[in-house]
Amino acid sequence: MAKYLLLKHYRGAPAPGNDVPMDQWTPDEVEAHIRFMSDFAARLESSGEFIDGQALSPDGVWVRYDGDGRPPVTDGPFAETKDLIAGWMVIDVDSYERAIELAGELSAAPGAGGEPIHEWLEVRPFLATPPTVTQ
Amino acid sequence: MTLDDVELRQLVPHVLNVLVRRGADFATAEDAVQEALIRALSAWEGELPSDPAGWIITVAWRAFLDMTRSDTTRRDREGRFDTEPPAGAAPSADDTLRLYFLCAHPDLTSSSAVALTLRAVGGLTTRQIAQAYLVPESTMAQRISRAKRTVSRAGVDRPGDVRTVMRVLYLVFNEGYSGDVDLAAEAIRLTRQLAALVDNPEVDGLLALMLLHHARSRSRTRPDGSIVPLADQDRSQWDTGLIAEGVDIAQAALARDQHGEYQAQAAIAALHADAPRVEETDWVQIVEWYDELLRFADTPIVRLNRAVAVGEADGALAGLAALAEVDEHVPRREAVSAYLHEKNGDLELAVRLYADAARKAPNLSERDHQTRQAARLNQLLRHQR
Repeated sequence: MAKYLLLKHYRGAPAPGNDVPMDQWTPDEVEAHIRFMSDFAARLESSGEFIDGQALSPDGVWVRYDGDGRPPVTDGPFAETKDLIAGWMVIDVDSYERAIELAGELSAAPGAGGEPIHEWLEVRPFLATPPTVTQ
Repeated sequence: MTLDDVELRQLVPHVLNVLVRRGADFATAEDAVQEALIRALSAWEGELPSDPAGWIITVAWRAFLDMTRSDTTRRDREGRFDTEPPAGAAPSADDTLRLYFLCAHPDLTSSSAVALTLRAVGGLTTRQIAQAYLVPESTMAQRISRAKRTVSRAGVDRPGDVRTVMRVLYLVFNEGYSGDVDLAAEAIRLTRQLAALVDNPEVDGLLALMLLHHARSRSRTRPDGSIVPLADQDRSQWDTGLIAEGVDIAQAALARDQHGEYQAQAAIAALHADAPRVEETDWVQIVEWYDELLRFADTPIVRLNRAVAVGEADGALAGLAALAEVDEHVPRREAVSAYLHEKNGDLELAVRLYADAARKAPNLSERDHQTRQAARLNQLLRHQR
C-alpha cells in the first residue's frame, strides 16, 4: 500500500487537450464538472482508497524569515512564478499502476462541450516509512 | 486481575467462529464481534467478567441478532433467529486456520487482505488499523467491508492457502511500528499462532525471520528515527532471547530439508545475529544462502542484497561485478553502488552515487541517511585536497 499525491495545477502543467478556461463554460458544463469531481472522491471513499482532497485559492504569497526580532517579509505573487497548485488529492492504493489509472480517470473530468479536459495531473509518491526487513 | 489488550484480542477468532458455527454469515458475524470487542474495551476497564470469552460471545451474538433483525425488518419484517442461540459445534483449530485462509483470499488486494486479517484474526479495531496505516478511519472501514463483500461473493469455499497467508503476515511485519499498535509484534503473534496450527517448515522459517529481525529493532533506529546500518548497530542491544528462539526455530525447520524463501532469509538473518562483532560476520556462508534464496525467489532485490554480501565476502570489485547483473531500476541500487565504490576507494564517484541514492530514496529516513553519507564523503574529499 502506498500513498500518492495527485496535484492539479492552475498553471505550470502542459496545456490540456480541451483547453477552454472554466469561466467560458456553460453553467451546465460547470455543474457537470463539479459533480464529476465529487462523485470521483465519493467513489474512492467507498473503495477505501481516499485520504484527503483540497482545493487551493490561486492567491498565494511568498514569506521568508527576515532576521531576529523582525517580522517575516512577505512578497509576491511573482508574475514569473511558473507553477501554481490548484488543489490536491491524496490516495492510498495498492500499486503505482493503480495511482496512474486513477489519475487518468480524474483527468477525464468533463469541460467545455461536456468533453474530457484531458488535463495533465502530477502524480507524486509519498516518502513512506522504511520496511522492517532490510538485509 | 486485568486482561490485557492482547489477551482480549486472542479471543476474537474463537468468538467469530462460534458465531459462524451457530449459522451467522461471516461478514455480519465479523461486524458483531468487532462491536462486542469495542464494548468490552470500555466495559472491562474497571472489572473483568468471570468468563471473558462467554461475555464476548453473548454480547457478540446479541449484536449479531440486532444487525440481522434491522436487516430483515427492512426486507420482510420477519425475524430469522431466535434469541436462544442455535446449537453449533464448538469451533476447532481448523476453524481458526480457515479464518486465516479466508482473510488472505486470493481475490483480495494485499492491502485489503492485511486489513481484514488484522481485524478478524488479530482482533484490532478499525480505528487502530487506520491509525497504524495512516489513513482515515472511514476509509479503513470501507476497505474492510469491501473486502468482506469480495470474500462473500467469491465464495468461502475457495479461500487462500498458507502461501497467501504468509505473504499477508510478512507485509504486516514489514510495516513495523506505527500509531499505538506494534504491527511487527502483532505479525509475530499471528505467525506464532499459525505455526501452531500448520505443520509447515516455511511458516516456521517466516516466524524465525520475524523474531531475528525483531531482536534488532531497538538498535536499528536512533531515538530521532534515523537509520543505524547493520554494521554500526550496538549489538549489545540485540535481544538475545529472541535471537536464541529464532535460531532454534530456523535450525529445526532447515533440518527437515524442505527449504524455501522464508527459511533462506531466516538463515541469513541468523548468520548476522550470530556475529558478536560485524567483522566476525560469516559473509561467505551468507552469500551461499543468497544463492539458495535466488533458487526460490529470483528477484532484483535479492540480487541487490546478494551483491552487498559478495562485496563483503570477496571484495568490492567482486561486489561491483555482481551489481552489474542487477536490474538498473531496482530501488536502492545507487545506495549499494555508492557503498561498493567507496569501499573500492573511488570516493568521487561514491559521493555522486550517494547523492543519487538520496534523491531516489523511497522514504525519509533513508533519504536523510544517504544525504549524511554524501556529506561525510564530501568533507573527507575537501580535507584531502
